[in-house]
Amino acid sequence: MLYFCGFHFTKMNVAIVKYNAGNVISVENALRRLGISPAITDDKASLLAADKVIFPGVGEASTTMAYLRQHRLDELIVDLKQPVLGICIGMQLMCRHSEEGHVDCLGIFDTSVKRFQATNANDKIPQMGWNTIYEMQTPLFEGVSPEEYVYYVHSYYAEICEHTIARTDYMLPYSAALHRDNFYAVQFHPEKSSAVGARILNNFLQL
Amino acid sequence: MLAKRIIPCLDVKNGQTVKGVNFENLRVAGDPVEMGEFYSMEGADELVYLDITASHEGRRTFTNLVKRVAERLSIPFTVGGGINTIQDIDNLLNAGADKASINSAAIRNPNLVNEIARNFGSQMCVVAIDAKLQPNGRWLCYVNGGRIPTDKELLPWALEVQERGAGEILFTSMDHDGVQKGYANEALHVLSQHLNIPLIASGGAGQMSHFRDAFTLGGADAALAASVFHFGDIRISDLKQYLRSENVIVR
Repeated sequence: MLYFCGFHFTKMNVAIVKYNAGNVISVENALRRLGISPAITDDKASLLAADKVIFPGVGEASTTMAYLRQHRLDELIVDLKQPVLGICIGMQLMCRHSEEGHVDCLGIFDTSVKRFQATNANDKIPQMGWNTIYEMQTPLFEGVSPEEYVYYVHSYYAEICEHTIARTDYMLPYSAALHRDNFYAVQFHPEKSSAVGARILNNFLQL
Repeated sequence: MLAKRIIPCLDVKNGQTVKGVNFENLRVAGDPVEMGEFYSMEGADELVYLDITASHEGRRTFTNLVKRVAERLSIPFTVGGGINTIQDIDNLLNAGADKASINSAAIRNPNLVNEIARNFGSQMCVVAIDAKLQPNGRWLCYVNGGRIPTDKELLPWALEVQERGAGEILFTSMDHDGVQKGYANEALHVLSQHLNIPLIASGGAGQMSHFRDAFTLGGADAALAASVFHFGDIRISDLKQYLRSENVIVR
């Protein structure tokens, strides 16, 4: 297994945003496999000082947004200047609005998050498993071949928009990844996507 | 396109992998972490670790094992066996498991499914169902590792747990398990046509064509197997190649 010899990252200060959206241990483990010891924190100063910030999570949009607002993490995340990577619910919260709990989100990406609509017995929700990504752009996908598989678990998706930098098809084409300025986000779980996911995390760390 | 998943299942007792034939005559098959890494490199899409130890001490050993698996593996894995409470699930998810599978506890206390979905999200909640075809043509669900029959029927129970918030169903046919003559494709077909959450087929894999049939005839989203992988009868890399040649979409 290729782990990209992450020793040159050991001094890098990576922070994982700590909030009420599921456990972040998988992301922490994936970074450790790349030679990084991340800080898991909701401390404002630590997040501002980090070289890279990862905003992961598994959870429900409206309750996680309420938590972010209550702890003023919403303003903080929007103002971050270093490279930020949203994962799964993290990505959805970075969009304008989510149908899940009908909540206004951080608005970093000007697109809305909708629920998959099944049209036949083969359309299962959540989408659970490995699907391909295509039309990849930006250095985040450096070295990732077209039609490479990544791991997904989700019932909601971000619509295609001007910030879309990779697509996946499930019932319809949707945003597999988004990018605007210093903000990156992926709907899939790079921390659970084997060597391809490690490559994408590694690319993010090199931004 | 979303790929069909191949899932090796590792039964763990006292830190070692074992596989029951018809739930009895356990045989030791190897180290769970090393086996997981091997399967991951072979192209397994996911893993299931089932704790078949009943004791308190055994549960602690299992949680430590989950931690080691999470540190080493970069593919998702589900844990199950003996999960009775929200606290059990919290411990396993905090150790790094991606999903938790409940079986007997869901039948005894169906509200547990709702609680798991509410606390951790549906995607964390796999409901495992062991069922056996009765002489009257009905599929009845069993608890306690297939030892005790219940009055629950397969399809209504599967639909009920879906309604309660299960994210996935893992259906084991006790008639097919360990026999290696193929999955229960007719029952799978009925389930897959009625469920709108993913379905994992379990019990009966002996040849590569059995996996194909679970997907094409049964409509399963994933197929789970143990012995054929543990004893090297089928290599996952060969299986994927075979499925591709049979026009099944795999990673």
